[in-house]
Amino acid sequence: MLIIDCPWCGARPEIEFRYGGEAHIARPADPAAMSDQEWADFLYNRTNPKGLHAERWRHIHGCGRYFNAVRDTVSDFFVTTYKAGEPRPDIGESGK
Amino acid sequence: MTNRFRTHSGGRIDRGAPVSFRFDGKTYSGFKGDTLASALIANGVHLVGRSFKYHRPRGFISAGSDEPNALVNVARDAARMSPNLRATQVELYEGLKASSQNRWPSLGFDAGAANDFVSPFLPAGFYYKTFMWPAGAWKRFYEPKIRAMAGLGVAPTLPDPDRYTQNYAYCDVLVVGAGPAGLAAALAAAAGGAKVWLVDEQAELGGSLLAERTATIEGKPAQQWLADTLATLAAMDNVTLLPRTTAFAYFPHNMIALAERVTEHLAAPGADLPRERLWQLRAREVVLATGALERPLVFPDNDRPGVLLADSARTYLNRYGAKPGDRAVIFTACDAGYRTALDLAAGGVAVVAVADLRREVHGELPARALAAGIDVRPATVVTGTTGRLRVSGARLAKIKGGPSVDPVGASETIACDTVLMSGGFTPSVHLFSQSRGKLAWDAASGAYLPGTSVERERSAGACRGITGLQRVLEDGYGQGEAAAKASRDAASPARGATPPPGPSAKTFPAQADDLGTDGFIGATPHARNPAFTKAFVDWQNDVTAKDITLATREGFRSIEHVKRYTTTGMATDQGKTSNMNTLGIVAEALGESVPKIGLTTFRPPFTPTTFGLFAGAARGDQFDPVRKTAIHDWAAEHGAAFEDVSLWKRAWYFPKALPDGRREDLHAAVGRECKAVRSSVGMFDASTLGKIEVVGPDAAEFMNRMYTNAWAKLEPGRLRYGVMLREDGFVMDDGVVGRMAPDRFHVTTTTGGAPRVLAHMEDYLQTEWPDLDVWLTSTTEQWAVIAVQGPKAREVLAPLIEGIDLAKEAFPHMSVREGTILGVPTRLFSVSFTGELGFEVNVPAQYGRAVWEAIFAAGERFGITPYGTETMHVLRAEKGYIIVGQETDGTQVPDDVNLGWAVGKAKKDFVGKRSLARAAMSAPDRKQLVGLRTTDPKLVLEEGAQIVADPKAPVPVPMLGFVTSSYYSAVLGHSIALAVVKGGRARIGTRLSVPMPDRVIEVEIVEPVFYDPKGDRLNG
Amino acid sequence: MQKFSGFELFRRALGGHKSWQPQWRNPEPKAEYDVIIVGAGGHGLAAAYYLAKEHGITRVAVIERGWLGGGNTGRNTTIVRSNYLFDESAALYEHAVKLWEGLSTDLNYNVMYSARGVLMLAHNHHDEISFKRHVHANRLNGVDNEWLSAEQVKEFCPPLNIRSMRYPIIGGALQRRGGTARHDAVAWGFARAADSRGVDIIQNCEVTGIRRGPGGAVEGVETSKGFIRAKKVGVSAAGHTSVVMAMAGVRMPLESYPLQALVSEPVKPAFPTVVMSNTIHAYISQSDKGEMVIGAGTDAYTSYSQRGALHVTTHTLDAICELVPQFRRLRMLRNWGGIVDVTPDRSPIIAKTPVPGLYVNCGWGTGGFKATPGSGNVFAHTIARDEPHKINAPFTLERFRDGFLIDEAAAAAVAH
Repeated sequence: MLIIDCPWCGARPEIEFRYGGEAHIARPADPAAMSDQEWADFLYNRTNPKGLHAERWRHIHGCGRYFNAVRDTVSDFFVTTYKAGEPRPDIGESGK
Repeated sequence: MTNRFRTHSGGRIDRGAPVSFRFDGKTYSGFKGDTLASALIANGVHLVGRSFKYHRPRGFISAGSDEPNALVNVARDAARMSPNLRATQVELYEGLKASSQNRWPSLGFDAGAANDFVSPFLPAGFYYKTFMWPAGAWKRFYEPKIRAMAGLGVAPTLPDPDRYTQNYAYCDVLVVGAGPAGLAAALAAAAGGAKVWLVDEQAELGGSLLAERTATIEGKPAQQWLADTLATLAAMDNVTLLPRTTAFAYFPHNMIALAERVTEHLAAPGADLPRERLWQLRAREVVLATGALERPLVFPDNDRPGVLLADSARTYLNRYGAKPGDRAVIFTACDAGYRTALDLAAGGVAVVAVADLRREVHGELPARALAAGIDVRPATVVTGTTGRLRVSGARLAKIKGGPSVDPVGASETIACDTVLMSGGFTPSVHLFSQSRGKLAWDAASGAYLPGTSVERERSAGACRGITGLQRVLEDGYGQGEAAAKASRDAASPARGATPPPGPSAKTFPAQADDLGTDGFIGATPHARNPAFTKAFVDWQNDVTAKDITLATREGFRSIEHVKRYTTTGMATDQGKTSNMNTLGIVAEALGESVPKIGLTTFRPPFTPTTFGLFAGAARGDQFDPVRKTAIHDWAAEHGAAFEDVSLWKRAWYFPKALPDGRREDLHAAVGRECKAVRSSVGMFDASTLGKIEVVGPDAAEFMNRMYTNAWAKLEPGRLRYGVMLREDGFVMDDGVVGRMAPDRFHVTTTTGGAPRVLAHMEDYLQTEWPDLDVWLTSTTEQWAVIAVQGPKAREVLAPLIEGIDLAKEAFPHMSVREGTILGVPTRLFSVSFTGELGFEVNVPAQYGRAVWEAIFAAGERFGITPYGTETMHVLRAEKGYIIVGQETDGTQVPDDVNLGWAVGKAKKDFVGKRSLARAAMSAPDRKQLVGLRTTDPKLVLEEGAQIVADPKAPVPVPMLGFVTSSYYSAVLGHSIALAVVKGGRARIGTRLSVPMPDRVIEVEIVEPVFYDPKGDRLNG
Repeated sequence: MQKFSGFELFRRALGGHKSWQPQWRNPEPKAEYDVIIVGAGGHGLAAAYYLAKEHGITRVAVIERGWLGGGNTGRNTTIVRSNYLFDESAALYEHAVKLWEGLSTDLNYNVMYSARGVLMLAHNHHDEISFKRHVHANRLNGVDNEWLSAEQVKEFCPPLNIRSMRYPIIGGALQRRGGTARHDAVAWGFARAADSRGVDIIQNCEVTGIRRGPGGAVEGVETSKGFIRAKKVGVSAAGHTSVVMAMAGVRMPLESYPLQALVSEPVKPAFPTVVMSNTIHAYISQSDKGEMVIGAGTDAYTSYSQRGALHVTTHTLDAICELVPQFRRLRMLRNWGGIVDVTPDRSPIIAKTPVPGLYVNCGWGTGGFKATPGSGNVFAHTIARDEPHKINAPFTLERFRDGFLIDEAAAAAVAH
């Protein structure tokens, strides 16, 4: 069970959280303007890196907030967590 | 039988407390403090099991958790029986009943031993090469035979009545292993003020000190020092000592799983105690002091009962006062053999020879052995043993120097009743490796040692290759000190390699034998015909040295391949005795160095761990939470049958007692309930529906984006049926939504979908549209919801309601009003899921039952009928209302289920809209919701049955759709069904077929609304 | 290829088994091949075998980062079944089951396919409708599957607890032809058979890049043993597919999750079939060796760590102990994790890609083992002909763009 550092509540055990998939995939402002392929990229295609991964978590059994994290998918260890809306910290490339 | 092999004195057994026990039906005696193994050895019993494949007679090899042979079944009663327990870990208690396994008819004469005679035809992986002919014979013939031969013990056949508990705990420093290194580490960490846990898998803390006879620490006999140290630790408030507790798995962020065996050693466990406790312990710092395991030597016939590990024999002798035999031959590759020899000689066992694999023998221990008159033979190997159910002699031969056809000379057989072997010690790096620390090969000691750490963990003592009691104690103390210090630094990251023991604040002058790091890995030389020789590497799985060389000959070069092909290291000891020797044999066969071969992965658990421990209290009603509504108990008191809907218990139907004492069946009850609603009035507990309060200045805009419908123009006081899509365009949920105020919506969801819908809303609100000023609150548990449905609904409710005009004009269908019912505040919905005039009374949950009972009483004059989910389903199906999850399965867009009208065409965007524009969503052959009628009005179709155009078509028969809902409508007097059918709307009026295994049912495709198609009754 | 048989075993035993040859070679890579398969798991090796056997393409290399069969092939719970709902899925998995039935003979390697039945438990009305829908659809598709009442479930699998539990069993769907096979033997059998037809299996060789020519077409792969030329590259890398495809600049609709499995200590035969319950999340069967082989769904977050969380394991064993309460005293012997690549609709992708000469077989999620021979067979066809076999034609990448999903997960509520 991982320990996850909620930017609002602090470090808590993993079972208080729910994983939310890859971060920084913003819903397009005008979906109607997108081609089918662009829309499919948004809906389905994911980086799925082996290495640092920017991802969403929700502190579902705590403050209830979504936040973002950078985690190494090889070790499962978190590098950092940050609030939703903040840019991805500059700590290495996603995927290696 | 007396304890003929018991020493006269000494050991940690309580000679004043004799214990009687049974093994294979025979009664023996031992002492308190014995294990089953030590007591049997004291009674001269070595034959305790049969091997997995060849059913060879087997005895004890070790005295600990690495034992591969001595697996027994211990049965307290018919239900409390445990197979595959290691006799070396089973603590003796009065009346213990144990039996051997994997033998028939008896341990002494096992018919399965026939396998041993045909063993030349059963080499590693033989089963991959045969049993293929004739086709089908594998399943019918070979496999059942193999299965019956395989397996070890017999699984229990009755549910386990014992309890298991689960605990979470936190500490500053966890020390795993209470041998000298662990004890010293705990002392140091505790002195540093840290909250310390010290755990050990054995019944007593002390590790190797428990078997020390002559060593001294700080001027005291080791046993005295141990007692004093344990007393010191026990007296400290910041120290927790847990014996009988195995640290079995190492998870990320220093979470260690501990299995504590609470009652297994007790003759009569108290009912208040769990059998085992699972501790999920989070430690700031971990000190691994897991010691080292003695390696067997791989020589021919090394598996006869009476062949033991030398240091284990010493443990039996010194700790339990149990002599392994009368005449011992020792075969060693290190000084451990001599230490055992000296202790045996002192204990009255004749040591007839020490065969030392090393060419030259020097050092203090061999010198003392020579001085004691023991026959020490350097450069000598054991090339075989004699005996059947017990070893009766050992064949010794000299290793030849230089190149030679035969590696050894002529052999001499020496009579003995025990052969004690030592190949040196393998550091126990299991937990270190589980923590994902990187192991490093240490050529000097010929061992894998902890290298780079990943977690906040350090190793101490023998598990990191340190030898000599004083050095081990001081290393332990140093690591404990460092761990306590590091634990005060919350930000301390994971480290690299465990640092060398710093200048410890404490020294531990100790007098003890230093065994050094000599040892041997691989198979020892012999000159016997390999075809008729078995030198075991993995005892339990019957893997021999030649099996491993066969695997390499067949191209299995990766150690993982060798392991899987031969099954070496896959027995219940998971390679504790076999892994290093396997590596040695593979390395030699491939002409590579050991570190080139690599190492198999150490997987949890460290030792086998009870399933019940993981399951804990999660059984029956504790398996999942049971959610009950405020009205549940009333329904139960009125005889309702319940069904599980997600976590909820929902009243399914209310069977009435019949005059003959039986109760109505489902069909009778549902028919009655349906008729009551259609003709008068019924009431239904709808409290399980999900409810979300959507509030804020941007609430309407938010609803616009989340639902397909348009919300802006919905006036306060009105209801609307809403449809929610996933972003991929498929129907996710539905429900009636009330606008309570311009900035406030009362949203309902399906029963199972409530958490999903709220999470979906929160996701969009928080991450896509944080600019919207909206709050979401789950109110599912706050409201009890009572649906009152039927032509008399208004008449039933009117006398009870205050502050709401129930007149049709003032309170039309699909409206919501706030007022009180019996003085209880209510949000009253005029809404119907039955097609009748209907209301849903929302009241605070704590008033749910009182209001329900009041409505029930008020309705009595109309024969008000409580109904359950089944009737609700029938009534809504008669009206063609869908249930998300029944008419939909996550692949329907709104139009597929006739909900196109609910999609706000003018809206620029909503979740899922863009996906609806994809090619597949407007394909002409999409399945559409229709109704079905059978020719035979009594025939109820099977839900899930498929619909075809031509039932006689060859397989695969093209399928057009399937039945989603199907009931007998007592109101209509015929069966009805809903279905989704390709191009279904265009097929209305045509006939299709529902092929069943035994017949074909013809159906007519009809409109999906069977009752009151114009909807007149809704407005009452 | 040395023949395997009881007679050969007997004959060579007389010579002390000294005359057995390696089951496959350990070759160095050649400069060029007609086809390179990335990933020597069951699927990749099967593709190589069928390329050689059915399409006459023998200049084939299978490149493996570790040891062959060391990924999900050697880590799964070995369940084989074909009772999938949709026509497309049923055709694909049934193709595989038909190959399983003759695989030992075809490969001359006993893969121990044991049709001991796969029984899926229904715990509520929703399960019942779903399973009956499967049963009817399967029958019309020529796939065996039958509905059992709770009593019939108990009769077919007597160790099961069907009543005294939180979610009592109300019935089940049984595919009698389903069962298990010996996972390692599948990898080894395909490896040996492919090798004997000339396929080079190159282990301990990591693909580090996919080289594309000026027109975008594949020219070969960069590896830790140097560049290897090939005009056709088939990626069969399971959990690592996204990583490999990224080398060719292709983003995939995949996420890789940990999937845990565990075995008990071996016991005498005590569980006669394969039982799966998606409602309470667990499945169990007993291996020939006697171990209870147990699994469940994936862990919650994407990962390449090949390990999972304790709370996921405890949940699985909660369910097992609820289904078979007499197994509470059995003990876990070994627990491990694999990396499974999951698609949005839980169906695989076996297809051409936007890159000419690059083919991909992935997205099998938690259920790839059962498809091994069928998947390899149609993937070989796709590579050899540069067009899909009719069985895998629906399993494209483009279905995500156009919305023609094959959503077994949504439709079935059944673990794969």
